[in-house]
Amino acid sequence: MGVGRWLASRLASWPVYRQITGRDPLGRGRAAQSPRSAGLTARIADADRVAKSVCPFCAVGCAQRVYVSEDRVLQIEGDPDSPISRGRLCPKGSASTQLVTGPQRARKVLYRAPYGGQWRELDLDTAMDMVADRVLEARAKGWQDVDERGRRVRRTLGLASLGGATLDNEENYLIKKLFTALGALQIENQARI
Amino acid sequence: MTEHSLSGPLHDVAGEAGYEQHPPRVGFFTDTSVCIGCKACEVACKEWNDVPADGFDLLGMSLDNTGHLGANAWRHVAFVEQQRPAPQELGMPSFDRPGAATGPEARTDFRWLMASDVCKHCTHAGCLDVCPTGALFRTEFGTVVVQQDICNGCGYCVSGCPYGVIQRREGDGRAQKCTLCYDRLRVGEQPACAKACPTDSIQFGELDELRERAARRVEQLRERGEDRARLYGADPEDGVGGNGAFFLLLDEPEVYGLPPDPVVPTRDLPAMWRRAGVAAVAFAAAAVAAFLGGR
Amino acid sequence: MGSNMAEAHPVGFQWVMEAKERGARVLHIDPRFTRTSAHADVHVPLRAGTDIAFLGGVINHILTNALDFREYVVAYTNASFLVGEDYRDTEDLDGLFSGYDPETASYDSSTWQYETVEAGPDDHAGASAKERSASYQHGSGGPKVEGGSGRIAADPTLEHPRCVYQVLKRHYARYTPEAVARTCGVSEELFRAVCQTWTANSGRERTAALVYSVGWTQHTTGAQCIRAGAIIQLLLGNIGRPGGGVFALRGHASIQGSTDIPTLFNLLPGYLPMPTPEHGDLAEYVDSVRADQQKGFWRNADAYMISLLKEYWGEHATADNDYCFDYLPRITGDHGTYRTVMDMVDGKVFGYFLLGQNPAVGSAHGRLQRLGMANLDWLVVRDLTMIESASFWKDSPEVETGEIAPERCRTEVFFFPAASHVEKEGTFTQTQRMLQWREKAVEPKGDQRSELWFFYHLGRKLRQRLADSTDERDRPLLDLAWDYAVVGDEPQAQDVLRRINGVDLTTGRAVGGYTELKADGSTMAGCWIYSGVYADEVNQAARRKPGREQNLYATEWGWVWPMNRRVLYNRASADPAGRPWSERKALIWWDAERGEWIGDDVPDFERTKPPDYVPPEGAVGPEALRGDDPFIMQADGKGWLFAPKGLADGPLPTHYEPHESPVPNPLHGQRGNPTRKIYGRADNPSNPPLDHEVFPYVVTTARLTEHHTAGGMSRTVPHLAELQPELFVEVSPALARERGLENLGWAHVVTSRAAVEARVVVTDRMRPLRVDQREVHQIWLPYHWGSVGLVRGDSPNDLFGVVVDPNVFIQETKVATCDVRPGRRPRGPALLDYLAGYRRRAGIAEPTVLTTGPEAGLPHTEEDQP
Repeated sequence: MGVGRWLASRLASWPVYRQITGRDPLGRGRAAQSPRSAGLTARIADADRVAKSVCPFCAVGCAQRVYVSEDRVLQIEGDPDSPISRGRLCPKGSASTQLVTGPQRARKVLYRAPYGGQWRELDLDTAMDMVADRVLEARAKGWQDVDERGRRVRRTLGLASLGGATLDNEENYLIKKLFTALGALQIENQARI
Repeated sequence: MTEHSLSGPLHDVAGEAGYEQHPPRVGFFTDTSVCIGCKACEVACKEWNDVPADGFDLLGMSLDNTGHLGANAWRHVAFVEQQRPAPQELGMPSFDRPGAATGPEARTDFRWLMASDVCKHCTHAGCLDVCPTGALFRTEFGTVVVQQDICNGCGYCVSGCPYGVIQRREGDGRAQKCTLCYDRLRVGEQPACAKACPTDSIQFGELDELRERAARRVEQLRERGEDRARLYGADPEDGVGGNGAFFLLLDEPEVYGLPPDPVVPTRDLPAMWRRAGVAAVAFAAAAVAAFLGGR
Repeated sequence: MGSNMAEAHPVGFQWVMEAKERGARVLHIDPRFTRTSAHADVHVPLRAGTDIAFLGGVINHILTNALDFREYVVAYTNASFLVGEDYRDTEDLDGLFSGYDPETASYDSSTWQYETVEAGPDDHAGASAKERSASYQHGSGGPKVEGGSGRIAADPTLEHPRCVYQVLKRHYARYTPEAVARTCGVSEELFRAVCQTWTANSGRERTAALVYSVGWTQHTTGAQCIRAGAIIQLLLGNIGRPGGGVFALRGHASIQGSTDIPTLFNLLPGYLPMPTPEHGDLAEYVDSVRADQQKGFWRNADAYMISLLKEYWGEHATADNDYCFDYLPRITGDHGTYRTVMDMVDGKVFGYFLLGQNPAVGSAHGRLQRLGMANLDWLVVRDLTMIESASFWKDSPEVETGEIAPERCRTEVFFFPAASHVEKEGTFTQTQRMLQWREKAVEPKGDQRSELWFFYHLGRKLRQRLADSTDERDRPLLDLAWDYAVVGDEPQAQDVLRRINGVDLTTGRAVGGYTELKADGSTMAGCWIYSGVYADEVNQAARRKPGREQNLYATEWGWVWPMNRRVLYNRASADPAGRPWSERKALIWWDAERGEWIGDDVPDFERTKPPDYVPPEGAVGPEALRGDDPFIMQADGKGWLFAPKGLADGPLPTHYEPHESPVPNPLHGQRGNPTRKIYGRADNPSNPPLDHEVFPYVVTTARLTEHHTAGGMSRTVPHLAELQPELFVEVSPALARERGLENLGWAHVVTSRAAVEARVVVTDRMRPLRVDQREVHQIWLPYHWGSVGLVRGDSPNDLFGVVVDPNVFIQETKVATCDVRPGRRPRGPALLDYLAGYRRRAGIAEPTVLTTGPEAGLPHTEEDQP
């Protein structure tokens, strides 16, 4: 690039030059626009996919659009198509991006041994095996073929569960089905609270 | 440059700022009569614009723990607990403990006002006028935006704003405020706060249309007996030439913590410039040298 | 009422604001002046726990002035039915109904039946029905009424002294404006204004909607609160019509779904009850669920149940083995979450799963919750973030007092990170029964997994371990149909949803609705009320036709159970002849030319049954429903003003004082709900009633917009945590003066269970009420805080004991008595001494002994009674 053209290009990018030569004599508008501003775009425009979702907080059921790029959530906002929410979200729903992408999200299985003073990490599959063993043990310890009056009950009172009001119907279905087959009864959730 | 470049009514702010072809001026009409104080606007703004959380302090100002607009609060919802002011009172906020005299029978007409405040995107923006680096600029939408790649954190803009909106962020020191989601406007999306607002208290749109809508709304509320309903920042004749973001209030601006008669501090600038001309020439020469020398 | 919609459901509240703009009047009746009250035309503050007195007053106003929508009431409700001669009302028994047994604190409901209906054995079940929360088991239809399909003695003139209408009139006669004022602390003038607005906006041309939330349910009279609201809405003709209804605004994304497809001890999917030992076989079970001689679709419960068993046990479930009915475990009483936690404390429970739930903060009596968890063999916590219920062993308040020490706490804790709503696919059922499918946006990271993954693979591992077992008890697990489609290692939610919908096993096609389910084993369906969500082999819950391209009912967005009907019982939107009650309130109507019901919504009625249809003699089930029986799930096809059975605490809502209250019952001799469950034990003390010295104030708790329940999804999120960073207690200026509380200073709230410290917010929104010549101060705290997260604090749920509604076992956390003092609470072991001092001064003996009836004089018993 020759010095003349270099100078011309430098000058053209210089706000004061643009201010003097353009239609923005006070230099507060177009002339002051920085290269970053000139090329600015919204990150949702970079999404390679938009997943249709539903807010996970209360039970109104506001529709969300989840903007995704390369398996990363860029932004979550309301879906204007929804006849329920018309694209709007409350502060909690508006915090959904932070809810799912924030550093508070746990990523590792943690284990606290009996009488232990701290957490330690545990391999997921090992943890699953340990839980499976313990379920069978607790089930056996609390097993009743008959109740105290001799009536057939074929159940265990050795293990309990609480939760489900923020889970999917399909998940609750499997939870109830599996526990019922195990003979476990004390399967409860927020709907009782 | 026109007669009203620095003060008074100015219809085509973007054209005045050098945009030959430009979209219509846009802004916010915040109708506080339907604000439910949920603060979705605060959160949606922060999520979109990566504005950090601003400390965990209980302020005890009704349900408001944000306090005021600032570098880390580009939207702020004010909560005003109010005994309905008697006619002879001025409607100034009471500094007594709220409702100090109420017993089981005493309270008659209590009301709780909520209002989401934001940068006003003034027609004559003090922050922009005093910014020496060109970091603050007028966009093609007529809004006022700080360009983070330019701002050097000098802080002149902070004193230039008649509303106390703009503030430097601790840490990098650069000035921060609402951009009216300049990036979203670029792709045809509305600002994050307006999109989230559950009750449409925050309405985004073309300013001319918003002003008409607001005028009708204030009329309607007055007919319903809201005799203190008024528009704030909608008047092109006011001290800042009218706001791009204006409000419908149900009481005096002071009640909401807003200045009653804001004036752009550069209104008297032309007179001052004439006296400062010589110095300016010298300053410009220095600037040319500095620019060509830098990389 | 009992709802703070603007704060707890802000996006739903847009419709209230819009209605208000169009001229609707918004009345907010609630103890607190909230962000909802700020936008209401009228806010009526009332004393916490007196809603039934208020609603009873409205009923009295309607009946005294004959303001009911008479045509609707006569045709569509049981107003004209005659109640048996042996029925005695609270008017006769000073606050009790006939059939009360003080020893078991329960009712034999046989005398509540219609005159011409024979009471069955379950009417006498009293204590055992109550112990299994039997009322909850009627969630999708009414209780059975043997003979509901026959002729029920009735007086359409509504003048017979024993007709429901007259019974109702006598029952509520004492709920006068004066009595309402005296009980609720509401001025008569304000009360009358509410009555006038409500009745003036109901009837042929207008409708009124009633919204409630946990402000109603979390009481010892919770179910009856809702009944009282429903009675008013039926009397005024506001059920099944556009703009009418009783809306439960629920608080969690799928809490409706987790009731429909329950993780609840006494229910199977679709509100089929869990069996008891009395059910020797499937036939006995079915007979106990529905009557043979009854109307409506609940009559087909056998088809729903057998289809469920076919989904559970697939080819193993055959007619010969009763479809594996015997595989179901039996409940024998209260196995609810609070009972279970006490069993943990008592060492009877060994393992516990917490699935997106944080009882250390979110359940009543936090200390009991944490002590229970500290006495387990193991605990599995699955959540998005670390929560108090996982870390209780090192940072709970009991660690500070020395009651829990890590080196002495034996509980083995597994914390599994959960996948979030965008990292898995599936359906939520929102508060108006709408299922909405969520697409998976991204893969979960690290060890994060869905519950679907966790339970599918846990089941797989358990079945592997027991594969060679010959133990009969393992058959249900080994025979279980656990063959859902899996891609990679993730089970496919679509496949689970399809099987919940149901499949015709002869064709292999998804069924189109519950009417296609059979009792012969030829269909399977995991949840009959969800049948239709996969009709035509299409995931109907995933439909997303924009609302603006549809009518107001938007029937092509998501899918609503049952059968995509948006307004339940919408047959009632038309008059008995099938014409809309009025043009402006038209919803569905009979089109004689086409011979079907048409309109804006999917008819909640047999599409081609004409309005003048009269069933043949001896008809049962759907066939027995007349053309003008809109309540198609009820055994008699009618809306129940009077509930001849199904409730544990009486056929009509009656005002009882909260378990802990500072005043006697101004309306009846019976103070509290005589059937409430108290769980009287040393670690669950109650503040004595009528105590004006030690615990003189009323405390209530609630949510804030800015936080979510126990805080795991908000106190960990910076943009929410900063909005409400600290626990506070709101008090009136008068109480602040009385107790020396400073705005933003510290105070602590004390009950016999706990002391909780909070910053003080003095506000006019709180104010004392005048109740029966006494000034009653109420305070409130948001309950979101705990010991983990970005913002931490004491948990207000620690203040409450466990006392529950006898119908559904929901705890009374909306009202208790308390003390409030300036300054912070004592710390460490000194806190225990401090609380013991309070209990001593209040005269609380250990163990707690409380009577449930005025004359009973007996300690409350909680054992399963024979």
